[in-house]
Amino acid sequence: MNIDRRWIYLLVGICVIIPLIRPIGLPTFTTKYTKALFDYIDNVPPDGPAVLISFDFDPSTAPELQPMAQAVLRHCFAKGVNVMCLGLYPTYIGMIDMALSKVKGDYGAVSGKDFVFLPYVPGVTAVMLSMGEDIKNTFGRDYYGVPLDSLPMMRHIRNYDDVALVVSISASSLPLSWAVLVGTSYHVRVGVGTTAVSAAEYYSWLQTGQFVGMLGGLKGAAEYENLIDVRGYTKKGTRKVASMGMDAQSFVHLLMIALIIIGNIAYFNLRKRAK
Amino acid sequence: MSHNPWIWFAAFLTLCTFSFLWRDNPFYKFAEHLFVGVSVGYTITILYHNSFMPRVWEPIVINHQYFVLLPTLLGLLAFAIFFKNISWLIRYPIAFVMGSSCGISVPRSFEGYIFRHMQGTITAISPGQSPFLLISNIVMVIGVIATLLYFYFSIEHKGIMGKAANVGIWYIMLAFGASFGYTVMARVSLLIGRLQFLLHDWLGIIG
Repeated sequence: MNIDRRWIYLLVGICVIIPLIRPIGLPTFTTKYTKALFDYIDNVPPDGPAVLISFDFDPSTAPELQPMAQAVLRHCFAKGVNVMCLGLYPTYIGMIDMALSKVKGDYGAVSGKDFVFLPYVPGVTAVMLSMGEDIKNTFGRDYYGVPLDSLPMMRHIRNYDDVALVVSISASSLPLSWAVLVGTSYHVRVGVGTTAVSAAEYYSWLQTGQFVGMLGGLKGAAEYENLIDVRGYTKKGTRKVASMGMDAQSFVHLLMIALIIIGNIAYFNLRKRAK
Repeated sequence: MSHNPWIWFAAFLTLCTFSFLWRDNPFYKFAEHLFVGVSVGYTITILYHNSFMPRVWEPIVINHQYFVLLPTLLGLLAFAIFFKNISWLIRYPIAFVMGSSCGISVPRSFEGYIFRHMQGTITAISPGQSPFLLISNIVMVIGVIATLLYFYFSIEHKGIMGKAANVGIWYIMLAFGASFGYTVMARVSLLIGRLQFLLHDWLGIIG
């Protein structure tokens, strides 16, 4: 039972690296909650109410969440849906900048016309509630320093009445804050993209209808990438980062199952011998 | 292979961090300290430009909106903790934050966390559902009741109550198992992301 844990690290490393270099394309099935979020965004009319994407994560969880954020951005830009990007903590702002810089060029999306990058304003709860009164007053200017009043996209957007959906892409409990503080008070629909760690917690919120849909972990991101790809919303040559990682994910899961079974057999054998 | 020095530096830091898997070493310590320093510096810069300047400096000094002095002074009281003779003053900003947060959160939390979930459980089983959904919802309702009974400590867990509490334990264990499975998936995803960076962005050996 006393195996050096570095052997397990080595096995995990091999199970990740080999499928990345030589992918075999294991199938990924779309779950109903991913489809629900996709369908909701797909039905938002172009140049109508905006989709507010709250980037509630920092670089530590970017491998799981950044592909989701990029996929949702691609979907919105391809459909001509207005997008507002928001970061509620200082380190979240950089993630918006990275996602926009990778996606906007593919669709010719223009700041102020197709999307608005909102700046960091302190006070998470206060910001969420203040946006319910007046988004322009809450932020004043966009991330690039341009007054929100002067942006064409913001002419018909005042508060949550003009927001079709809040998508909280999060590694924390912020989706619950969005659902409780904003969904309950302002009756805005909330969708969630979350790390796999948090996904189990949110199923009851989906059952109660407080979340429209959910992308859970890298698999959720891969599902969304596939959905937008099938509908032709992805430009040719776009790297489907999450989908490319799914083979590795499956191999490591098989390794984990094998290790758990071997560990249990060894444990029961040792206990039997001790008796 | 990348010709961008920043990609090389990021790859070097990634390898420094991974070196901890072997054992603690100076390369890991270097990466760790650099991460902490950069995070703090970045946060201070963002706060200065997005919070202090537009919310404090400009309103007071440029626009002469002197009412902003009041929340500014309240915020400054948080620093009283560093001075022993006036450290008690920190109670005021804390009281303000606690009072306002509770006032905002409590009614909405009842609605979001309790009433909506109760409603979801009560209305889960309804006529016209497909057999699979009906069975799923019956299993869910049994789970909610059994788990709540497990956490009800005013009756001893014996007899029927004990059996129901045992069912509750099974449900809790299944929930832990689901969480563990998802946690494994999450941690592996982070490793995949980092190795994709090394193999694609740095070495260029995958597409």
